[in-house]
Amino acid sequence: MDYGAGLAGVHVPGMSQERIVQIERDILSKNRSYAEENRGYFGRKGVLALNFVSSPGSGKTSLLVRAINDLKDKHAIAVIEGDQQTSNDAERIRATGAKAIQVNTGKGCHLDAHMVGHALETLDIADNSLLFVENVGNLVCPAAFDLGEAHKVVLLSTTEGEDKPAKYPDMFAAADLMLLNKSDLLPHLDFDVGACIAHALRVNPNLQTLIVSAKTGEGLAAFYAWVEARSNLARSDLARRKAEARKAG
Amino acid sequence: MHEMSLTESVVEILCEEGRRQGFARVKTVWLEIGTLSGVEPGAMEFCFDVVTRGTLAEGARLEIVRTPGQGWCLDCEKSVALVERFGACPECGGYKVQMTSGDEMRVKELEVE
Repeated sequence: MDYGAGLAGVHVPGMSQERIVQIERDILSKNRSYAEENRGYFGRKGVLALNFVSSPGSGKTSLLVRAINDLKDKHAIAVIEGDQQTSNDAERIRATGAKAIQVNTGKGCHLDAHMVGHALETLDIADNSLLFVENVGNLVCPAAFDLGEAHKVVLLSTTEGEDKPAKYPDMFAAADLMLLNKSDLLPHLDFDVGACIAHALRVNPNLQTLIVSAKTGEGLAAFYAWVEARSNLARSDLARRKAEARKAG
Repeated sequence: MHEMSLTESVVEILCEEGRRQGFARVKTVWLEIGTLSGVEPGAMEFCFDVVTRGTLAEGARLEIVRTPGQGWCLDCEKSVALVERFGACPECGGYKVQMTSGDEMRVKELEVE
């Protein structure tokens, strides 16, 4: 690498229009600014946004369908579904009565904050809602793209390798909660839960783990309590802001 | 990883800076890509040629500067070399290493006219 070479050969002061421009801009800065816009929007509406990530087939949609059915009496819930193609998942979600919008990424391997911002324009989320974003099934790319969510929730199912957190560390480092799904299959498998959690904690010492089954409902009460606590935080922020606005006005 | 959309972001940055700083053509782009960033420079070079077509950076030269991985080992209390993102400290073998550099993905400099 020679910074001088590009110019030294061709550049004559006063004779050429060429110049070097220092910009020092992070490649992901654009996505980050869209993500901050989304985050501001969620804050103004008291919305708890969760970004669900996993490899394909670990049960994101089934888990969401179950969670929506269990939580919909207490919460308004909206869903953004990311897939390369089809609107199958959004239809499964809509069958629960929740608002859902499908974002097809085409060749894209992840949702980005700009796509989510567009989806929010059409979704028209009620104040104090839960927003579940189901990212494209992919344990690599979605890790790098902040969507403005409060937390990434990573799903790993017991039919996958227990060393996935070691193989795909970025995603487990970016997440705040790991749901170890399909616990109902554990008796039939050689999956070592302890080893899996150890791999995950090595990458992210702050990662919380819950062992769940979207099929039998095992462990979901703990997950709902986790969601509830964080939704209360988002709501109380909004309530406080409204109270302050009333006082000021 | 997702070199195509990263490269699209690079071109977006170039177009934005072109409007702001008043240049119409980019001849060389220097990117700083850390060795722990998960980005494949070869894939990025390939995408760059495709994505820049029809833009102010069409035909521009792409120079990728790799920055080595480094971390701070809490146990050794010093800076150590990191060859993988969540890897162990090469001196003590422990995993209490906080990455301090190597995950950069930045547009550093441009040669423009």
